[in-house]
Amino acid sequence: MRRLLTCLALLLCACVARAEPPVLTVYTYGSFVSDWGPGPAIRRAFEADCGCRVEYVAVDDGVALLSRLRLEGARSKADVVLGLDASLLAPARDSGLFAPHRQDLTHLRLPIAWTDDTFLPFDYGWFAFVYDRTRLANPPTSLHELVDGDWQLLIEDPRSSTPGLGLLLWLRQVYGDAAPQAWAKLKPRIVTVTRGWSEAYGLFLKGEAPLVLSYTTSPAYHLIAEGKDQYAAALFREGHYLQVELAARLAAAPQPALAERFLAFVLTPGFQAAIPTGNWMYPVIELPDGLPAGFAAQPQPLQSLLYAPDALAAGRRAWLDEWLEVLGR
Amino acid sequence: MSLRLAAGTGAAAVVLLPCGGALLALLGAGDGALGALAEPRLLRIAGFTLGQAALSTLLAVGLALPVARALARRAAFPGRAALLALFGLPLVMPTIIAVFGLIEVYGRAGWVARLAAAAGRPGFGFPYGLAGILLGHVFFNLPLAVRLLLPQWQAVPGEVWRLAAQLGMGPGAVWRLIEWPLLARALPGVALLVFVLCCTSFAVVLALGGGPAAATLEVAIYQALRFDFEPARAAALALAQLALCLGLAALAARAGRPLALGGGELRAYPRPDAAGRLAAALDGICIAAAALFVGLPVAALAAAALRVPAELLADARLWRAAGLSLALALGAGLAALLLGWSLLLAARDLRLRRGRPRVAAAFEGVGLAGLATPPLVLGTGLFMWLAPHVDVFVVAPALLPLLGALLGLPYVLRVLGPPCERVAAHYDRLCASLGVTGWQRARLVEWPLLRRPVAQALALACALAAGDLGAVALFGSPATTTLPLLLYQQLGAYRMDAAALSAALLLALCLALYHGIERVLGGGDAR
Repeated sequence: MRRLLTCLALLLCACVARAEPPVLTVYTYGSFVSDWGPGPAIRRAFEADCGCRVEYVAVDDGVALLSRLRLEGARSKADVVLGLDASLLAPARDSGLFAPHRQDLTHLRLPIAWTDDTFLPFDYGWFAFVYDRTRLANPPTSLHELVDGDWQLLIEDPRSSTPGLGLLLWLRQVYGDAAPQAWAKLKPRIVTVTRGWSEAYGLFLKGEAPLVLSYTTSPAYHLIAEGKDQYAAALFREGHYLQVELAARLAAAPQPALAERFLAFVLTPGFQAAIPTGNWMYPVIELPDGLPAGFAAQPQPLQSLLYAPDALAAGRRAWLDEWLEVLGR
Repeated sequence: MSLRLAAGTGAAAVVLLPCGGALLALLGAGDGALGALAEPRLLRIAGFTLGQAALSTLLAVGLALPVARALARRAAFPGRAALLALFGLPLVMPTIIAVFGLIEVYGRAGWVARLAAAAGRPGFGFPYGLAGILLGHVFFNLPLAVRLLLPQWQAVPGEVWRLAAQLGMGPGAVWRLIEWPLLARALPGVALLVFVLCCTSFAVVLALGGGPAAATLEVAIYQALRFDFEPARAAALALAQLALCLGLAALAARAGRPLALGGGELRAYPRPDAAGRLAAALDGICIAAAALFVGLPVAALAAAALRVPAELLADARLWRAAGLSLALALGAGLAALLLGWSLLLAARDLRLRRGRPRVAAAFEGVGLAGLATPPLVLGTGLFMWLAPHVDVFVVAPALLPLLGALLGLPYVLRVLGPPCERVAAHYDRLCASLGVTGWQRARLVEWPLLRRPVAQALALACALAAGDLGAVALFGSPATTTLPLLLYQQLGAYRMDAAALSAALLLALCLALYHGIERVLGGGDAR
């Protein structure tokens, strides 16, 4: 009788186990998992052969991701995090929450060399000023021209927006210690500094300013989704600051094997093909079918600018204070 | 302790517990809290926050007075109900949508600029900076102030107007002797609410303020939490903001006590000062100007939605989000009403029957706590507090309406408070002499007299919850895509036209809530 019960119990466990596949919990930001983002397609592709279920937990944005994981610490249910911004690499690394990705990076196609062994790039893009060709015939061709010229612009706040922070770092890279003076020259022509990208881009589309801080890929959206070819990104001679979005697995992941498998999946076409028209960013590998047509048509900056994580972590707060000092006067 | 006091205390606990717990959790997360308050930049930010809030309040409430008076004098004209419904919209709009609406009208390529250009005056543009912030805040708060002030006139018994007519009072005398004493008691409370709303404004201040020179404490709190990851500093700043708002609440409570008019017939009687062409013309101008100011941006949003291809309406996600928002709105609205009523009954008991006006004011002041605590602080703090003990994803669906209710509570107190006290002042003695108590009193006295303000309060609280992004959105619970959240996702993914449609649907939902609730609960002639 006892043996029979044991058998039954085991059978029951087996059934339950088969009915309930393991769950991979992925922390990411809201627009990634929204129906317009790449999240749904990526989940389908991974679930197709992992024998697991992918569950997304979506927070505000890339900055909120790290603070959320710090708050949760080792208690976190997260296996993988998708969407940490490279500007947060140093504090993310120092948090000690993440484990090495153990992926082969030889097939990575990034505009810069990438050797980090914990954080795995999954897409990238360049910040750029976007304009409407029908309204602006003579866009600036360099950051210096923009600073010295008389174009009006819409930008985002570096405290609350990734592009906003990107521009802060971009000017810092190009101007060095003279960045505050450059900001002072820009200041009278900044129409407004919005909280997030959506506000600035919306105001730009409503005609508030000829230039808006966005991405080089924004025109691709208008071309592919709306069939409009009048939008373009102004390419600057000094190069463009790079945004690299990172994936990583948690050291305390409840499903470490699945997490590692997911990171391997990140570098495959199953994941990367969803990136261009889902996240409107560039994939980090060569796609077998190439980039979508409207994407391939966009010019790419010749030079990419990016701070090393430690230099960035050391300067970030002081540069922001400088910025607040100049623009807050 | 009586049942009423117990209920009031319970409601106060429900409000204060999440706010206090969130703040304590953040404060406990590190040191540097006190250092935050010693930063020199902070003084400048606090000064700007208070200054712009004071100016915004002055403008919004000051301009609302003549509009509300004109609407009170013209109690029946075609479209009046629609106008009041329109006035309920700006408050519930997600800020980004209101900003877009304002820019469609006043922006560089907006309606006014095109009109000016056609008239040979090109170059009109939105006045970014302090003027822009004030414009935005007046857009949000003038209609709110009108809606909150208008019911004050309903408290004037018909016989007062008859007496005024017999005495041959002109508009000046009516204002000085009847209207102003009545309004002076209600104004501090309304002004306080508007002030707190302007004080805690964030995205509007950034977008329309033109740059970080125009930054509120709310922005500093955001920076502390998100950019610097210093929870304790954020909590200290939030506490400073909360103390400021509650301190002002104490002042306002001192200045404004509801006026107990003698009981009288509630039948309407024509006002003696409303006759005459000049009065009609002045009222017409006031009403038309306010209607245009509030109506144009709303019309621009509606026009944007009408340009959207109709097939987007077939999107199931849109309707799922709308359904969720509706459910959330009703849950949060009812919770806000319950909390507000409990607080008010306790306050009324304390003030009128036990002679403890200070304690009563404290009960009413509690209602502000949820509004004056930044949603980011509330969300993050609650998360830190709860996460070690419970699965936040399990409790999130329960927290969602509660936090929505905290937002609507101050409005419930504002709308329901004065009539609630009036009923007690008028009928306590009568009820006592007739021995009408308990359920009988609620059924025969309170409900018939209060059903209209109750409906107004509930409708407002529901609509607010529908339009709120929600602190719980920060938890990242996957099953809670409400309309405002969907809208932000659409905007983040370049889907401007889909977002325009979501915004229009949200506004339509709020209109339906106003109309439905005030009709069903308020008893017919909704106003």
